[in-house]
Amino acid sequence: MRVLQVMNRMKKRKIPRDRPYIEDVAASCRSWPGIGARPAARRDGWWPAFPRGRRVSAPVGVIGELVMLCLLEQSLAHLQDAPLATEAPVAHWQALAAADHGGPRFLPPTRGTVYGTLLNHHDALAELGDQVNAAPYKAPPKAPILYIKPRNTVVGHRVPVVVPGDASELEIGATLGVVIGRTASRVDEAQALAFVAGYTVVNDISVPHASLYRPALRFKCRDGFCPIGPAVVARALVPDPDALDIVVAIDGETVQRTGTAGLVRPVARLIADVTEFMTLYPGDVLMVGVAAGAPRARAGQRVTVTIPGVGQLESTLVAEGAA
Amino acid sequence: MKHARVAYGGAIHDATEHPAGLRLADGRVLAEDAVVWLPPFEPGTIIALGLNYADHVKELSKELTVTSKDEPLAFLKSPGALIGHRAQTRRPADAKFMHYECELAVVIGRSARNVRRGDAMHHVAGYTVANDYAIRDHLENYYRPNLRVKNRDTCTVLGPWLVDAADVPDPHALPLRTRVNGRVTQQGHTRDMITGILELIEYLSSFMTLAPGDVILTGTPDGVVNVDVGDEVITEIDGIGRLINTIVGDDVFGR
Repeated sequence: MRVLQVMNRMKKRKIPRDRPYIEDVAASCRSWPGIGARPAARRDGWWPAFPRGRRVSAPVGVIGELVMLCLLEQSLAHLQDAPLATEAPVAHWQALAAADHGGPRFLPPTRGTVYGTLLNHHDALAELGDQVNAAPYKAPPKAPILYIKPRNTVVGHRVPVVVPGDASELEIGATLGVVIGRTASRVDEAQALAFVAGYTVVNDISVPHASLYRPALRFKCRDGFCPIGPAVVARALVPDPDALDIVVAIDGETVQRTGTAGLVRPVARLIADVTEFMTLYPGDVLMVGVAAGAPRARAGQRVTVTIPGVGQLESTLVAEGAA
Repeated sequence: MKHARVAYGGAIHDATEHPAGLRLADGRVLAEDAVVWLPPFEPGTIIALGLNYADHVKELSKELTVTSKDEPLAFLKSPGALIGHRAQTRRPADAKFMHYECELAVVIGRSARNVRRGDAMHHVAGYTVANDYAIRDHLENYYRPNLRVKNRDTCTVLGPWLVDAADVPDPHALPLRTRVNGRVTQQGHTRDMITGILELIEYLSSFMTLAPGDVILTGTPDGVVNVDVGDEVITEIDGIGRLINTIVGDDVFGR
């Protein structure tokens, strides 16, 4: 609703100057931890739609290169615990997102379908070793192996994640989320990144499970098992999505250092191969895959996934019944 | 009552069944072929069942690597794969084995978490017919069946109607069949599901919250055969609906 209000204001060119949406987005993107100033000058003129179905859209060309207005508006509405913040300047919620911990909970910054990619890290594939040639797999993967994190799994920054009673610990699947900005069907690798709105941090949580033979709904689709955020960072501010570091910390201690440099299918190739058979829509998130050695965490622990230049996503695990 | 969503006159409408075809919410009465049919509700999470009819398991047993039936084989689909009644499904020219699957689709009407089977029916809004195409050429043994087999654009057909649960006294007493160009190629009965609707809702809601608009495609019986460009495929469930689909080739999609 707020998106529509702002969109209408923008259409009428009646954006109140006392609420400097555009300037604040620009400023906040530059000040987002790790991003730094990188004034790009693209005017793609997209009309992205968030979420799909409701067709909430905004004229991106108007705000130029930095971030899509709808993402801004969603971000403004993110603060579950502090509804007044929807009226506050962007810098305010940026500061809240970056606060150490104990800050307000965020809503997820995307509302489309969230897709995961299995075994898209060379080291994750290597971890399986010769098992890929044995039963039940019988051969290494040929096409991208995808799965869906359904809507009951998607939560935002700082929303506690319940460790189900039947699991002693959870696997932390730190990964980059590629947020689609315009409808992508049969996209060439060379053009693929032009269909990306931006990037976000995703924690693709699972109940640890050994077999990859059958779809793993019972392990991957528990409520709250897909924290996303804090926000979507515009594509123009992420120069190379295939060269990002990903760091996982549990209770402040680094437990995994990985990145997007070792992908079997780098971001553009992945988008091309997926959209050959399946259209991706604005607001959809394509997770590029989890690296080998995914750490595990228990109830009571605080997990952060950090991708410098994209964001830091924090989730505290809580025991079932304790929330 | 039977509900549909259709495009007509430049807008999307809710409609209900009418002796002459369908009636839009604004009062216009139209023939069935005068509108563009959309899936009859806006879907949330789309859950599909594999190998949920004993005869179909037997049919596929030769290519199954593992036959364990410990728990239902469930997988997810995305809304982008969906099309409505009387629409076209693309068959890639290089596919060797592409087949339909006639399935009863159960639409959730009330949020469900840890629901016992005895209460499960209270969470059902209604039913529709699904035709859940698969291209078996692309089967690989990772999270099988994977999205390249089961989540292709245009390959999940839903409709025509969402039939209120109150109008379906027993969803496990429904004969279903598929006709390809008028010839019956698949016949089954919803009583033959391995995991019934109540147990499916109990199972799924034991680990995830089901929300209104989520839908469970309950699997298909024996009798899946290859379809070719030009085929008219009608998947039909007595009392629920008769879902028409046409197979088209790459040329329609400029490939």
